[in-house]
Amino acid sequence: MSTPTRTPTGAPRELAGPTTGGVGANAQRPDAALKVTGEFAYGSDLWTDDMLWGVTLRSPRPYARIRSIEIGEALAVPGVHAVLTAEDVPGRNVCGLELSDQPVLAEGVVRYQGEPVALVAADHPEIARQAAKKIRVDYDVWEPVTDPMAALGHPTWNQVHDQPAEVSGLSRESAPIHPDGNLVRHLKIRKGEPAPTADVVVTGEYTVGMQDQAFLGPESGLAMPAEDGGVDLYVSTQWLHVDQKQVCAALGLPLEKVRLTLAGVGGAFGGREDLSMHVHACLLALRTGRPVKMVYDREESFFGHVHRHPAMMRYEHGATREGKLVHVRCEIYFDGGAYASSTPAVVGNGGTMGIGPYVVPNVHVDAYGVYTNNPPCGAMRGFGSVQAAFGYEAQMDKLAAALGMDPVELRCRNAMELGSESPTGQIVDSPAPVAELLRRLEAMPLPPEHGAGTAPDLRDLPGGVGNTTHGEGVVRGVGYAVGYKNVGFSEGYDDYSTARVRLEVIGGAPAVTVHTAAAEVGQGLVTIEQQICRTELGVDEVVVHPKDTGVGSGGSTSASRQTYMTGGAVKAACEQVREQLFGLAQQRLGRTVADLRLEGGKVVSDRQGVLGALADILGDEVIEETVEWRHRPTEPIDPEAGQGFAHVQYAFAAHRAVVDVDVELGLVKVVELACTQDVGKAINPEAVIGQIQGGTGQGLGLAVMEEILVKGGEIRNPSFTDYLIPTILDMPPMRIEVLEYPDPHAPYGLRGVGEPPTISSGPAVVAAIRQATGRALTRVPVRPEYITGT
Amino acid sequence: MKFLQPTTLDEALAAKAEHPHALPIAGGTDVMVELNFDKHRPAALLDLNRVDELAQWAPEDGHIRLGAGVSYTRVIDELADRLPGLAMAARTVGSPQIRNRGTVGGNLGAASPAGDSHPALLAADAVVEVASVRGTRQIRVTDFFTGVKRNALDRDELITAILIAPSTGPQQFCKIGTRNAMVIAVSAFGLALHPERRRVGTGIGSAAPTPRRAHGAEDFLSAALDDEGLWDSRAELPETLATEFGGRVRDAASPIDDVRGSAAYRLHSLAVMARRALAWAWHDYRTSTSDGRA
Ligand SMILES: Cc1cc2nc3c(=O)[nH]c(=O)nc-3n(C[C@H](O)[C@H](O)[C@H](O)COP(=O)(O)OP(=O)(O)OC[C@H]3O[C@@H](n4cnc5c(N)ncnc54)[C@H](O)[C@@H]3O)c2cc1C
Repeated sequence: MSTPTRTPTGAPRELAGPTTGGVGANAQRPDAALKVTGEFAYGSDLWTDDMLWGVTLRSPRPYARIRSIEIGEALAVPGVHAVLTAEDVPGRNVCGLELSDQPVLAEGVVRYQGEPVALVAADHPEIARQAAKKIRVDYDVWEPVTDPMAALGHPTWNQVHDQPAEVSGLSRESAPIHPDGNLVRHLKIRKGEPAPTADVVVTGEYTVGMQDQAFLGPESGLAMPAEDGGVDLYVSTQWLHVDQKQVCAALGLPLEKVRLTLAGVGGAFGGREDLSMHVHACLLALRTGRPVKMVYDREESFFGHVHRHPAMMRYEHGATREGKLVHVRCEIYFDGGAYASSTPAVVGNGGTMGIGPYVVPNVHVDAYGVYTNNPPCGAMRGFGSVQAAFGYEAQMDKLAAALGMDPVELRCRNAMELGSESPTGQIVDSPAPVAELLRRLEAMPLPPEHGAGTAPDLRDLPGGVGNTTHGEGVVRGVGYAVGYKNVGFSEGYDDYSTARVRLEVIGGAPAVTVHTAAAEVGQGLVTIEQQICRTELGVDEVVVHPKDTGVGSGGSTSASRQTYMTGGAVKAACEQVREQLFGLAQQRLGRTVADLRLEGGKVVSDRQGVLGALADILGDEVIEETVEWRHRPTEPIDPEAGQGFAHVQYAFAAHRAVVDVDVELGLVKVVELACTQDVGKAINPEAVIGQIQGGTGQGLGLAVMEEILVKGGEIRNPSFTDYLIPTILDMPPMRIEVLEYPDPHAPYGLRGVGEPPTISSGPAVVAAIRQATGRALTRVPVRPEYITGT
Repeated sequence: MKFLQPTTLDEALAAKAEHPHALPIAGGTDVMVELNFDKHRPAALLDLNRVDELAQWAPEDGHIRLGAGVSYTRVIDELADRLPGLAMAARTVGSPQIRNRGTVGGNLGAASPAGDSHPALLAADAVVEVASVRGTRQIRVTDFFTGVKRNALDRDELITAILIAPSTGPQQFCKIGTRNAMVIAVSAFGLALHPERRRVGTGIGSAAPTPRRAHGAEDFLSAALDDEGLWDSRAELPETLATEFGGRVRDAASPIDDVRGSAAYRLHSLAVMARRALAWAWHDYRTSTSDGRA
């Protein structure tokens, strides 16, 4: 990979003084060596000697009434300790991230293929699996509702997409799947003229397939019954406290009796925001009085977590002859599947940011989230924005073509900037370098063409080692895209994180312990927490306390929010600790000193020099502060016009993709992906690069290969044999430029990093394929069939 | 589950005769996946990894006798000059780890229509040597595949070797996958020119219930090359000929729609691959020495 460059753009002066590994440094992860050597304990490695294994019996049907469940035969299997069904849920048999609409165990009805119906605990996982097969469930099978438009009773579009042969499975049913109907959320934006006219108008319909998070560590956890009648749950998750609340409700236990600790997480990407085995393992543990471990295998994982919402989108863009956007109309249908999960927020993002980071005077948006009997969809990196970007960026290229204008030029003419007004009427009040991101990409040199005459390495060609071309049919294409995403929770949500910071002397040296419940899922929050403590307290030794519910909520590890939110909380807690320490120092000195600061384990004054070692000043004192920290409040948008200060921060990234397409065989090789992203302040520059590379890869995957194929509500490819994610031969080298324009409202000026690169990379790849092939390509992932027309 | 671990071929054959339900395991790259996915619960596993006779290859009577247990990595490293088509196919299998473990014998044992070695073996007219306590049989690879994931082995038989003539002309192998490595073939095509016999060999993968040859295309092209004296003249191949050949390869396939690709795409891609592969092979033939070696 080429060396990434950083562009200093007036970020605050390096805060890391003589203390090493502070804010702005490439501090090493505390778990780096363990992970590289394979010694890191993931949730699936949890073990106690006397534990039982739990397994889940899932519905093979997408939609059915349960006539009866017979568990006798399963219970009789030697080694089986418990078989549980909905009747055994002591509390409320319902959970859900935003709406409580999902049973812990199916009760009377199953609404998707894979819905948990019964649980078994046994001495050995194999015994549990065999016993689960002996549970007799009598299903009265119903016709599944699989088309989101039909589910709402809306007329379905006459889409001319090249639907993959396996995917259609339409049902005209619109019978309500839930008592209140199939609409989860409808978001409307009505801004400007209701019937604007424009010189040039382009329309298009676009479809995005169902992507999976494909985290490598499957769902896993261990529930330990406790002496107080409660339970301790060790689990791989993204948000301990929201889990705790749901587990308590289902178990009928008070919060203090259900304690959660984060187990090692092998990737999340949104797929662990909802409950998986949490309640199930606790139910089995409380019933048997034994620790119960549950681990999904890959196939079960495909049924055990939510996926990215498939989307159907229709756009109309109007512009003046000079290329100024006049209006955008858009309709988006997000298929939420059987349960709501994050659908309301997905609709919120997809609706409010559905036209891209552009300034448009007249905006008309209808975004719908819908219940169907398809697999439940929820959070995945960049949600709402990822889907919409495939639509609006395709439209920008189409509009540029209609205007005879360069696509980058068109984007820059309409780019959002500091002071712009968003479609929700919000004034963008921190830097929004959309045009600069694009111009910087444009200025980067293009990768060389394959040398004429010399045979290129197969690995550099479409089809790779498959040896399908030696250059025949290969056409190069270049495409650009830009996207944006809200950071943190929006629309009036009370979004906060909690940090407890403790300063004491251990073995003669000052040491900091930082305790938050914010989930580390691989992104590096643990490193960030250490870096902030080092910078704020001038202490090298920072211990990250295990993440658990022994401290207040850290909020979700999602929405690119943890560095901002938990970082902000840690910073604020450090500041309080520091104030206390300065008080103590002045007490010890017996005088007031105005300009104290901490540096390299010492209390220093600019004018008076070193006043004392931290260790001496502290002595036996322990300073501990806990802070609940909030970003500035946002507002709900109004239901009729969709106006309001909905988002606390936007984050922007842009990509240029260079692809080689074998136009005859429809195979694609992405030659290079260049990315520019504004991160406000790179707290850990290497981690930022890692996020950009990973997010870009996930976007590329959605563009050209990643799709859960669903037919008649059933998943056809629940394995890594047929759910393909990019390999090193699919992921090209990247050129990355990181911009640092501080956001004055955010800690250190930082901007969330994790999601933006996932938004624009896919659309850039598809734009490049369009340029190479001349095809409209309105559905992603782009399959070879769409390019060859076969 | 019983675990049988013979150390000689005789022991292995005796074990198979005694336990006909025992599932042989070579590299295990198919077997272990099936076990892990709970698709298969054999009463016994017959581990062939300690049977030295299966892990060797040697020239024998004008053939290469490739032991059933030789890994793809070794085929690539040691036999690319003599069995270029098979080595090219081996190169497309899985990942380095899979190629280190996986074997051609295992590929034949699994007999998947998507097995990558099959088109190359078909094009090269290979022969599968199978043995039991009753004796040894030789089965032409064309006759070896009897249905989807079924082969001609009797219950007490093991695959011992594959007999393949060293190439006398250029060979090619092409495989379509929707990512650039580590992918099961959407469609695949193997081609071998046999100038000494004035014949062309083909193999189609992932586009019919079994791997199969495109007999019509082979006959057509062999005859056309003969008629126009091209084997001797080594003149440029008329483009129409290559296109017609591609079309006939396509016509020999009977693919289905599945999650990996549509039947129509499979047909289309076969025609393109066959045309291109022929062009490359012919180019090599034209620029090679008269004994056919490139
Ligand atoms: C990640 C991954 C990627 C893969 N990619 C590819 C790919 O790209 N292309 C491809 O073709 N395959 C692929 N495979 C499948 C597999 O690697 C191949 O089929 C391989 O050739 C199997 O060889 P093996 O030695 O591992 O067979 P095993 O798994 O040991 O056996 C396979 C079958 O053959 C039988 N068998 C083995 N040896 C004998 C014998 N001597 N006599 C009789 N029966 C025998 C076994 O009983 C079993 O039924 C992949 C597998 C994995 C896990």
